[in-house]
Amino acid sequence: MAEHAHTQPPSDPELRIKALESLLVEKRLIDPAAVDAIIETYETKIGPRNGAKVVARAWADPDYKVRLLADGTKAIAELGFTGVQGEDMVVVENTDEVHNVVVCTLCSCYPWPTLGLPPVWYKAAPYRARVVSDPRGVLLEFGTRVSDDVEVRVWDSNAELRYLVLPQRPEGTEGWTEEQLAELVTRDAMIGTAVVAPPAKGDAS
Amino acid sequence: MNGVHDLGGMHGFGPINPEPNEPVFHHDWERRVFGVMIATFGGGHYNVDQFRHAIERMGAVEYLTGSYYEHWLAALETLLAEHGVISHQDLAARLEQLRSGGH
Repeated sequence: MAEHAHTQPPSDPELRIKALESLLVEKRLIDPAAVDAIIETYETKIGPRNGAKVVARAWADPDYKVRLLADGTKAIAELGFTGVQGEDMVVVENTDEVHNVVVCTLCSCYPWPTLGLPPVWYKAAPYRARVVSDPRGVLLEFGTRVSDDVEVRVWDSNAELRYLVLPQRPEGTEGWTEEQLAELVTRDAMIGTAVVAPPAKGDAS
Repeated sequence: MNGVHDLGGMHGFGPINPEPNEPVFHHDWERRVFGVMIATFGGGHYNVDQFRHAIERMGAVEYLTGSYYEHWLAALETLLAEHGVISHQDLAARLEQLRSGGH
């Protein structure tokens, strides 16, 4: 908490939230310990490692993949990932013909139970404005080149519906365990701004 | 409504600049805004549609120059006042107290 003691005047939002929180605590409308617990949960427990387990399961278990694409919410719940901002999940599969990428042009809708809280760029104006009109150009800014013969589909999330991209399983991972596969899956690959790179020689197996 | 939050397709916002190895929060005050929002949302003081609408009602300049958690903070202040939980007067008085070094 005391990150910078009294060495500089606190920033405006820092004071404003302090004022608001202190009033809410005095009125016994919130419990500071509960607020701490919420913060800790989203900093340490809920994040893209959850989504990576979903992807790895889908790669390793064809029946699970069928269930995941048919009813994302239910299949993701099989792995225990449920709750706020993940109530209605749609999983979209990347193939040799289609590359999917997810945005929330209006705000910041994002599948919290599987990916955690969204990065700043996902919530900021440049990505939200441009990925719908120039997705290939935006993907290049992430170092992702999608071949001209692959269709790019952009999914605009909303408060009721959240998307997770099922990336393509890279070559060179035959016989890998789910744990090993999950290690390869990145947050950006599940948003669709990246693909899962094939493992470097000597990795795992 | 077609407010400034409806950004899809607009030009002129520049490069995306993703931050490598980005932390979940960049400042401690962002942690508190997030935690207080979830706690007051859980306490039933507003619903998610009201929260989003409160962000969409921000002034255009304030919206475009403010960061994500500044949007959340503005929405919290708006809704808690409108719903009779924390008045603007009480908030202003507490801010004044904090600014003058009181704890």
